[in-house]
Amino acid sequence: MANLKVNMSMQKAEMPEQDPVVRAGNFDEVALGYDAETAMKEAARCLDCKNSPCRSGCPVAVKIPRFLEKVRDGDFDAAYEIITSTNSLPAVCGRVCPQEKQCESECVRGIKGESVGIGRLERFVADYHMAKADKPEPVVPASNGHRIAVIGSGPAGLTCAGDLRKLGYDVTIFEAFHKSGGVLVYGIPQFRLPKEIVAAEIENLTKMGVKIVNNAIIGKSITVDELFEDGFEAVFIGSGAGLPQFLHIPGENLLGVYSANELLTRTNLMKAYRSDYDTPIKKFNRVAVVGAGNVAMDAARVSKRLGAEHVYIVYRRGADELPARKEEVEHAEAEGIEFKLLNNPCAIHGDENGHVTGIECVRQELGEPDEKGRRKPVPVKNSNWILDVDTVVIAIGTSPNPLIRNTTSGLAFTKKGGIQADEGGVTSREGVFAGGDAVTGSATVILAMGAGKAGAKSIDEYIRGKAK
Amino acid sequence: MYKVVTKRFLNDAKTICLFEIEAPLIARHAQAGQFVVFRLDEQGERVPVSVAGYDREKGTVTVMVQAAGKTTRMLHTVEEGDVISDIVGPLGKATEMEGLKKVCVVGGGVGCAIAYPIAKEMHAKGIDVTFIAGFRSADIVILKEELKAASDKLIIATDDGSYGVKGFTTVFLKNEIEENIKEGKPQFDRVIAIGPDIMMKFLADVTRPYGISTIISLDPIMVDGTGMCGCCRVIVGGETKFACVDGPDFDAHQVDFDSLIKRAAFYKDEQDEAAQHICRITGGKRNG
Ligand SMILES: Cc1cc2nc3c(=O)[nH]c(=O)nc-3n(C[C@H](O)[C@H](O)[C@H](O)COP(=O)(O)OP(=O)(O)OC[C@H]3O[C@@H](n4cnc5c(N)ncnc54)[C@H](O)[C@@H]3O)c2cc1C
Ligand SMILES: Cc1cc2nc3c(=O)[nH]c(=O)nc-3n(C[C@H](O)[C@H](O)[C@H](O)COP(=O)(O)OP(=O)(O)OC[C@H]3O[C@@H](n4cnc5c(N)ncnc54)[C@H](O)[C@@H]3O)c2cc1C
Ligand code: SF4
Ligand code: SF4
Ligand code: FES
Repeated sequence: MANLKVNMSMQKAEMPEQDPVVRAGNFDEVALGYDAETAMKEAARCLDCKNSPCRSGCPVAVKIPRFLEKVRDGDFDAAYEIITSTNSLPAVCGRVCPQEKQCESECVRGIKGESVGIGRLERFVADYHMAKADKPEPVVPASNGHRIAVIGSGPAGLTCAGDLRKLGYDVTIFEAFHKSGGVLVYGIPQFRLPKEIVAAEIENLTKMGVKIVNNAIIGKSITVDELFEDGFEAVFIGSGAGLPQFLHIPGENLLGVYSANELLTRTNLMKAYRSDYDTPIKKFNRVAVVGAGNVAMDAARVSKRLGAEHVYIVYRRGADELPARKEEVEHAEAEGIEFKLLNNPCAIHGDENGHVTGIECVRQELGEPDEKGRRKPVPVKNSNWILDVDTVVIAIGTSPNPLIRNTTSGLAFTKKGGIQADEGGVTSREGVFAGGDAVTGSATVILAMGAGKAGAKSIDEYIRGKAK
Repeated sequence: MYKVVTKRFLNDAKTICLFEIEAPLIARHAQAGQFVVFRLDEQGERVPVSVAGYDREKGTVTVMVQAAGKTTRMLHTVEEGDVISDIVGPLGKATEMEGLKKVCVVGGGVGCAIAYPIAKEMHAKGIDVTFIAGFRSADIVILKEELKAASDKLIIATDDGSYGVKGFTTVFLKNEIEENIKEGKPQFDRVIAIGPDIMMKFLADVTRPYGISTIISLDPIMVDGTGMCGCCRVIVGGETKFACVDGPDFDAHQVDFDSLIKRAAFYKDEQDEAAQHICRITGGKRNG
């Protein structure tokens, strides 16, 4: 490392944020991003370690020290080139990757003090690029004449499509929804991931020549078999895990019980929070969100922004077991979300019109750790109590949609309904590849992207193998 | 963008309108009993409507839509040659017809439009079809000729007697069933009923004592139509089902009508407000 000394500060440069009280009343982005000076200083905390352990924590192997070096030197364009050589959605990853479990968990600076703010810097570089007026148009690679179909336009499908296009393949994405982006547009809220950013990243891909057909449901509008009949030589399935799970407790069909997917789709994809859109959303005052993952935090924070006075997270385990990203939990707390931990819902109560009036919970104690080391919740006898709410949002997870499972022969599935595929996305059916939540069940954006990349590589090998 | 190639009001009162829309992906597979979801424009809601017809060669799908609230009223202002921003499908399961010999199809109001393609296909397959069509009054009667052509026997009834026979569909269904018994004719091996929830509930009560298998097509409020939101939950035989993927056809004798009727009214206040909003300000058209 040349011109600048390493910045030995133990702490990450702080992320400027909207004030919690103000932001709980709007849908604008919460985290505001570094400015150039802060970014350069933060990048200078990198030690340029020999084996760059941070890279091993990144599922798409971003060349972290290389791009940090360029940021430190103020050459943000070069930094952007380096990031996008392996990651096609940096503005998204910089915002939503669970960095504390990925790249930053491996960072040497994290041993004593805080790790380098890799995600925040990735976001900075991507935003810098996006804001630039005189961006070069993306290069359109020449076609190699092979047609590939990609099912789903979530991070897995987008990444797979982008990588294949770069290799010269003629790629068409088929997407069920009227908008592309998967969970990035219908699930993750505006205040965490502005939809303009997702749209810009997708536009980059279409400029490169990736075709997207919206309103096309594979298994209904067209089947996988028909894609082959229509001349596609390989198919990548990145259809996600969109099927909401319910608790199967009494009262779950009362009015005012939503799946998180419904609440989030109505607000994010269909913009119920904006008066210029037609989507109706019920006004509510007291909301219980069941679950404590990213989805639950998003549902809670959306409810708050839609005007609820009290929003509770009801979760059967304790504070140490919260599965959401750390930053999301902190943001939720700051915005006044109330945590009712160690409570397991057992029934939802309603009035004579069928409207929700409360959720009955059983208090839990932490028992012995299970195989994964998580302490198991054990119900406390006779501890039932009723939390007074008018709305319940179920955010306990999702599973893969059975549409493709029911209409595609020759594909093997896991017990949980996921498509069986190896690390390269190779499935039991020739020419069919799969990755992302459709294989693993709900996971993360970056893992889905990693799977999309692996799928693209396997498809390329498969097509070349066939040509021989 | 999807182009409207034909538009035609189906009755004098102009409450129900037919639209033929270019949508080759849907036309390729659409079957009677399935539905599509359309969206007018960027600000629009996703609205489910049944497949009323299709032309696989031309690549078009036909829907017949009643002006019920804001979106459907705005759809009625769309003209031939205009485009709508989205239409997706075909969704849901097709109506089962395997092995049927004699069927009574009962439609109520716009339900007749939804039931029509089912009757038509059954009739074409050689199944004996009795069609009972119920309307409030003469000015909203639709598809007179089409229903005649799609059935072996057609009864059109109005609540006030201003067209056809006077009375409710429940009464005429009971008459037909009784007549089959009295005259020793084969009984219906299925009744298919499509209309307002309350009508379907009473029709289910009519057939229950005779043990006649009865299928109804449900239309709960939906968002995605693909099993992703759980908004369309209905209770059938004590189990929660998603109408968009498990239906929309269900066994009428197993459906929990009370919860169905309550759910359908849930967004009523918001919808009333939205409907008022358009009348005063834009007169129904958003983009000029
Ligand atoms: C509310 C919420 C918040 C989250 N927060 C985070 C976070 O902060 N950080 C993080 O890393 N992860 C987060 N996740 C998880 C992450 O978004 C997912 O793991 C990731 O999006 C999975 O990507 P995917 O491409 O596999 O599937 P998806 O993003 O689910 O995309 C699948 C796409 O396929 C389409 N599709 C499905 N079936 C068909 C079909 N038959 N035909 C055509 N198209 C079809 C769908 O409409 C969808 O667009 C969150 C998830 C949710 C729901
Ligand atoms: C599977 C299915 C098939 C359908 N087929 C047809 C059809 O072929 N022709 C037709 O005219 N209509 C059909 N409908 C009903 C149609 O979707 C609703 O009339 C429409 O959503 C109303 O939208 P709106 O914005 O105009 O009115 P809104 O302002 O949303 O509502 C007006 C009234 O309709 C009720 N409503 C709202 N959404 C629905 C809904 N999804 N289903 C039933 N009632 C609703 C409301 O409670 C309200 O009383 C079908 C519905 C489903 C679910
Ligand atoms: S893509 Fe995600 S995991 Fe990889 S370096 Fe960027 S923030 Fe870290
Ligand atoms: S581990 Fe941390 S300090 Fe080392 S190269 Fe990676 S980012 Fe830099
Ligand atoms: S409409 Fe969303 S699950 Fe049926």
